[in-house]
Amino acid sequence: MLLRHTSKEIKERKALSVNPAKTCQPIGAMYAALGLHGCMPHSHGSQGCCAYHRSALTRHYKEPIMAATSSFTEGASVFGGQANLVQAINNIFTIYKPDIIAVHTTCLSETIGDDVNQICQKAREDGKVPEGKHVIHCNTPSYVGSHITGYSNMLKGIIKYFSKSTGVKKDQINIISGWVEPSDMREIKRIAGQMGIKIVLFPDTSDILDAPQTGVHAFYPKGGTTIPELISTGDSKFSLALGKLATDAAAKDLDSKCKVKFKTVDLPIGLSATDRFIVALSNVADIDVPECITEERGRLVDIITDMQQYFYNKRVALFGDPDHLVALTELLVDLDMRPVYIITGTSGKAFNKRIEEILSDTVPDAKIKSGANADLFLLHQWIKNEPVDLIIGNSYGKHIARDEDIPFLRMGFPILDRIGHSYFPIVGYSGAMRILEKILSLLMDRQDRDASEESFELVM
Amino acid sequence: MAEILTQREKQIFRKGTECFDMSCEKKSAAGSVSQRACVFCGSRVVLYPIVDALHLVHGPIGCASYTWDIRGALSSGRQLYRMSFSTDLQEEDVVFGGEKKLYRSLIELIDRYKPKSAFVYATCIVGIIGDDVDAVCERVSKEKGIPVLPVHSEGFKGTKKDGYKAACVALFKLVGTAGIGGIEKNSINILGDFNIAGETWMIRDYYNRMGVEVVSTITGDGRTDDICRSHGASLNVVQCSGSMLYLAKMMKEKYDIPFMRVSYFGVEDTSEALLKVAEFFKDTGIIAKTKELIREETEIYLPEILKYRDKLRGKKATVYVGGAFKAFSLIKALDMVGMSVSVVGSQTGNQDDYARLREMCDEGTIILDDSNPVELANFSLEKKVDIFIGGVKERPMAYKLGIGFCDHNHQRKEALTGYKGMLNFIKEVHSSLMSPVWRFTSRNGNAL
Repeated sequence: MLLRHTSKEIKERKALSVNPAKTCQPIGAMYAALGLHGCMPHSHGSQGCCAYHRSALTRHYKEPIMAATSSFTEGASVFGGQANLVQAINNIFTIYKPDIIAVHTTCLSETIGDDVNQICQKAREDGKVPEGKHVIHCNTPSYVGSHITGYSNMLKGIIKYFSKSTGVKKDQINIISGWVEPSDMREIKRIAGQMGIKIVLFPDTSDILDAPQTGVHAFYPKGGTTIPELISTGDSKFSLALGKLATDAAAKDLDSKCKVKFKTVDLPIGLSATDRFIVALSNVADIDVPECITEERGRLVDIITDMQQYFYNKRVALFGDPDHLVALTELLVDLDMRPVYIITGTSGKAFNKRIEEILSDTVPDAKIKSGANADLFLLHQWIKNEPVDLIIGNSYGKHIARDEDIPFLRMGFPILDRIGHSYFPIVGYSGAMRILEKILSLLMDRQDRDASEESFELVM
Repeated sequence: MAEILTQREKQIFRKGTECFDMSCEKKSAAGSVSQRACVFCGSRVVLYPIVDALHLVHGPIGCASYTWDIRGALSSGRQLYRMSFSTDLQEEDVVFGGEKKLYRSLIELIDRYKPKSAFVYATCIVGIIGDDVDAVCERVSKEKGIPVLPVHSEGFKGTKKDGYKAACVALFKLVGTAGIGGIEKNSINILGDFNIAGETWMIRDYYNRMGVEVVSTITGDGRTDDICRSHGASLNVVQCSGSMLYLAKMMKEKYDIPFMRVSYFGVEDTSEALLKVAEFFKDTGIIAKTKELIREETEIYLPEILKYRDKLRGKKATVYVGGAFKAFSLIKALDMVGMSVSVVGSQTGNQDDYARLREMCDEGTIILDDSNPVELANFSLEKKVDIFIGGVKERPMAYKLGIGFCDHNHQRKEALTGYKGMLNFIKEVHSSLMSPVWRFTSRNGNAL
């Protein structure tokens, strides 16, 4: 049977990743770039990288994903990819007419030592970049970090290229979004709107990767952060960065470049993290939290009181991306559940520290691993040694869930076997309600399924 | 009309309006949003269905992540091939080389899983940093006593087609390494079917019923031991445009095994394929059984298929596939239910393929080589097609246009080969094309 290939006995692995809980940098850069209006992401490497990223993003978002590639040949790999990239920039502006080309590198172009900054400069000097159009870039060597690193690097590239300080501050706040669904970005804008705060959200994939059916294939749907908005981020009063591993570095860069003070908070998933997000937002905008938001919070707390008896002491295994895991771990603790195993392929000391902080009082014996060898094989082994009541993670958890017969909540990237995640938010108070409903349904369904005829009850 | 990159003008042909000089088998123009993939992708997809082998991707994590259990190539035995194994190369490995890591990974995996063989896929940077993958494989092979085969699939070394070739080179090292005792004279290898949704099983069953022994299936539900003795078969029956043709040619040269190219898509092509194989053996018993099989299957499925003809007659399709060979079958299959193909293209077709497409198509049909979303969308709109037949990246695009979609690639979930497969295919085309959702959508670029 499937995945009966995982042994219970855990041995130290030195050289091997089995069933990874991460993927490579460039796809993160591509996703971030898709959150800019009128932007064509460009992969500087072999054709396959771009095809794989487009396929993976298509499978998750169920939307057409546009991205171009330098189509490296053997010649380019020997003599450098300059000619390919310059030609690509020219071709893309000629036929696809984007406002921005966002170039990211690959392991191949990094290893042969292409200087992408210099090549983009050359394209500008050679007149390949039309007036008013932009080429930005970032370095995303696939052998460093993960897709989250790539996402973070593209955000840095965006700030480096666009953010400008005119010396006159604008009455607006930057919100730098971590890698969340388009629905989540839409929800963040809704919350800010309810609070009456003018924000610049970037990147913003809403109305790009959840675009309506229109009968046309819009290469550049109406969503995405616009160029004037991106430029104006340098004049904003403050930046709120959501999710340390994905956004902290970009917020720092913006501060040092344009003197925009910042605060990095956890992704606003769950009660406590959303509280901190709302408080931070109201503090920096100097406004009171409006009644409607307080009421939304009240409804969430009300739901938790109704549900807490079913959540108590349930053991949960979590895997996926670090910023999500931090927020989800805290949510589970707030629900009186026990996040006992936590795995991410993205390495980061800050991650381990933050998780330990959250769990030190409640689940001090939780197993936490990030980076090398922190993969689903290890998670499966842990579960085999001591099972859990629930697994939360992307679609790749389904094999373990089936093999061990454990309820499974799909959350994170990628989700390849369900539809809806990109349309319904999980951030904010109402997003948390949705997570709660899903968790409870899974636990109740399981109880129903396993109940004997005598103990099968209508009222639960 | 679609805007066309000047470099691509010769890769687009409109039947009846221009003299035919299709330019193909070219590198994609840099900056094109091509639907093509790379050498590694080609190797990985065709070797992946060998279910008792270990598949280790030597490179940074991405190449393993993106190819982890994404293809519904089914196994009747082990599920080992659905796991994702990667050396997960890090910066220090890029500087100091990844050979040690590769060696350790192989030893660890072979000790743990005892696979029948192992394939090691070299990705882009392995080619650049110069790891001697061959030497590591040879060493491990000696130490562990199983074939450990390097696959030279560095992404930049050509197109997906070159990946097929690299896979064939690796496979060919297995062929001829086991005894062929007990193999009957009337025997074949099934090449180029990958058992998506159980298609190889279906085809294998046809041959069993015909009285033809199937020595190996390469690679759908493939087994190392079968491939090792596949040189004992009398005939290689090759499906799919290019992926396994190279292996068949090598086996012809070295073992003098003839091969024939067939297609199992559509009633007509399936019958032709089975009959051709039967006639090859010049065995009246086999020929009689084959005719009987064709009659039986056609009697069951053809009336079912033709039930859809009234609803589908006159509908138009865009067909965009990897290899052009599949497009021939799809044109014929759609024709059977009264449908026509208005836009047709492939990622990797050659001159002969396009010449044949041109012969098969109606006036005005647009033929494309290595196309991109702009062209595919615009030509589909111009021709007002009703359904798009393609792969994963094209589905949401078709839906956005208000056009039905059928996956004829890795993500198909129903077997589409053979007689039953043709019925499945037509059902799928019908269900998507006739979905009530199109009543609510803007369609073909027109507002509702």
